Amino acid sequence: MELNSSQKIAQLTDLYRQAATQSTTTLRDEIVGKIYQTSQELSEKSVNYDKRKTTWLDKNLDQILTSKTFGFPIMLLMLGIVIYLTIAGANYPGVAIANLFSVVEGWLTSLFEWMHAPDWLYGILIEGFYKGTSWVVTVMLPPMAIFFPMFALLENFGYLPRVAFNLDRFFKQSGAHGKQSLTMTMGFGCNAAAIMSSRIVESPRERMIAILTNNFVPCNGRWPTLILLAGLFMAAGFSGGMNTFISAGVVVGIVLFGIAMTLFVSWSLSKTLLRGVPSHYTLELPPYRKPKIWNTIIRATLDKSVFVLKRAVVVAAPASIITWILANINIGDTSILQHFVGFLDPFAQSLGLDGFILGAFILGFPANEIVLPILLMGYLATGSLVDVDSMNNIKDVFLAHGWTWLTALNMMLFSLLHYPCGTTMLNIWKETKSIKWTFAAFAIPTGIAIITTFIIAQVVRAFGLV
Amino acid sequence: MQQTMDQFQVGDQIRITKLELDGVMRRRLLDLGFVPGVIVTVFQKSPLGDPIAYQVFQTIIALRKEESSLIYGEKINEEVCIHE
Amino acid sequence: MNKRIALAGNPNTGKSTLFNLLTGLKQHTGNWPGKTVAHAEGELTTEKATYQIIDLPGTYSLYSNSEDEEVARNYIIFEKPALTLVVLDATSIERNLNLALQVMEMTSQVIVCINLIDEARRKGIEIDAKKMSEQLGVPVILLSAREKIGIIQLLKTIDNMMERKITTKPFQIAYSDEIEQKIKQLEPHIKKVFGDDLPTRWIALRLLDNDQSLFDELKSYLGQDKQTSIEKVIYSNKERSYGA
Repeated sequence: MELNSSQKIAQLTDLYRQAATQSTTTLRDEIVGKIYQTSQELSEKSVNYDKRKTTWLDKNLDQILTSKTFGFPIMLLMLGIVIYLTIAGANYPGVAIANLFSVVEGWLTSLFEWMHAPDWLYGILIEGFYKGTSWVVTVMLPPMAIFFPMFALLENFGYLPRVAFNLDRFFKQSGAHGKQSLTMTMGFGCNAAAIMSSRIVESPRERMIAILTNNFVPCNGRWPTLILLAGLFMAAGFSGGMNTFISAGVVVGIVLFGIAMTLFVSWSLSKTLLRGVPSHYTLELPPYRKPKIWNTIIRATLDKSVFVLKRAVVVAAPASIITWILANINIGDTSILQHFVGFLDPFAQSLGLDGFILGAFILGFPANEIVLPILLMGYLATGSLVDVDSMNNIKDVFLAHGWTWLTALNMMLFSLLHYPCGTTMLNIWKETKSIKWTFAAFAIPTGIAIITTFIIAQVVRAFGLV
Repeated sequence: MQQTMDQFQVGDQIRITKLELDGVMRRRLLDLGFVPGVIVTVFQKSPLGDPIAYQVFQTIIALRKEESSLIYGEKINEEVCIHE
Repeated sequence: MNKRIALAGNPNTGKSTLFNLLTGLKQHTGNWPGKTVAHAEGELTTEKATYQIIDLPGTYSLYSNSEDEEVARNYIIFEKPALTLVVLDATSIERNLNLALQVMEMTSQVIVCINLIDEARRKGIEIDAKKMSEQLGVPVILLSAREKIGIIQLLKTIDNMMERKITTKPFQIAYSDEIEQKIKQLEPHIKKVFGDDLPTRWIALRLLDNDQSLFDELKSYLGQDKQTSIEKVIYSNKERSYGA
């Protein structure tokens, strides 16, 4: 006799109840224990271990990389080395790319003159689109093409779970999940992707904390800003290798500050909006694996280069055109950009920034990569005639607009702490499906960025340090 | 002598005797191999002493004190063959 | 004809690397557990046919301890892929066999893929695939997705399994007499409800384990008759997580 579906459900429910009465607390132990025992017996017969071949490294590497004495120093050293090599290595290709772009710009200019193209067309296409895009590529591509292969090597080697292991105590005390340090490290690559990876945190409360604080580690759109400003202003008194060393030190400091902020905000959230205790967690430390070095390097470099170039065209191009238009259409006798900047300036000054910088952050909402190019374009569009064909000229542009080390420091901090980029916000909304929490992900970092830069600017000025 | 898992020293081999956890975490630990009768090795303590990593069935699993203090085991002295 | 192949395995067994190799896709790989966040699908074309490959989340077991485990379990049980590849890490067979044994309780169409074989040889681990295959009753293939070792043999075995040229007799764990007794008692009743549609022995075990989550899934399976897609499973899980 064929049962219909509701009869089947009724029968199943009966069976479930009946089975439940027979289920004992030790039954699960028995089942799992039996499976393990069987696995062991089966593998004893078909797997043969030659213990002599176990290498010293396999057994002892963790005793060093996560040791009481060396665990933290090695982590700091790794971070320092990666950043140092990025800064040191990015310089040369950066200059070469900048030169290449400026040669091509010369050709394009000649071409436009030959065609008798109108000024506005030249302005939009060359000064807006071409320059904006080429700056994004010049400034972003070299550091990313060096940083990511190194990051990928560490990731494939298996170092990230050790970072999580080392830092777990801090995260526990912040009321956060241990795996948050994994999502945090992913944020160094891209916050938007890290938001997706926060799914590895199973408890909703702790996942929310991981999402809301992910922004406090710099992503690929912000590394170059930090690196460039640190080199130009923080290590200005030094040259050559020393300059690189000091810049790297400053960037490491900024990163540590970001991590401290991650922990502080996680702690605050778990004491207020997201109250609760850390949920149970286990972390696997996978065996170290020798990465396929060339594969990893080539793959990471190519992927990142394509990524940067795509972003440059998709996001930077329209943004640069818009910026150019804003800077070149006048209302009264000043441009729209000037009005906008002038409006922002008093507030921005109180943060140790200026209207252009704040304006660039606002216009750069779609992607952090374009903040610096927009800023330069804004500066250049307003009188300063300096032509940016090398990195050093960039500093002249900044100095001409009254920059001090305080401006640079606060721009770095604002970049580190401010709201997530458009893509990240979109992912946060997709993951949380909540307007309230998406707004919190915007408001919390922004508030912290404003407060931090305000305090620093006021203190520095009160003590007459600039 | 029976102790909780967070009290052993690095290198100790421990036979698990019981788990004083319930629900999902108990089942998850069982699935990872923390089954009564199984032998695990204390692999490494993190720089701040907590969490502690254990080697269980050829895998290294780190547990926080909150969990490891609810798993009981006894130290074994004789040489036991476990594959590393 | 059903040409779906599911990839199951513990975290960190190089499952994503194998998936990328088979499908030519570029899913992110890295040496940390849980990096495969979104489930991925791709196509594999062999000499004989084109198959659809589904990369299930990496899990230690297939009980209902986490979303990942439920997603993987539901796919194997309710979506019934024509073939399930269980990817094992050659350097920790003992632990990994565990999952293979669980999958073999759920379906007989299984190929055991022992990955990272190059790594294992470096560490002095020798695996007798023939012997293991005899023990397990399903094909066992040694491979290294990174070094592209053993892939041709895997493709051939996939084709042969799909064409039913290979018959399997998956090893079944023998539990204690008491448990076996209870299973025997439940099985006929379960068969009455599900027929040959679902693995009765496995369901009996899960019911004895008081697996509420599976019970709920079984009820909705009976209720709707049509199978849910894996997307739906993932989505309903996700929506459950965020109330506010």
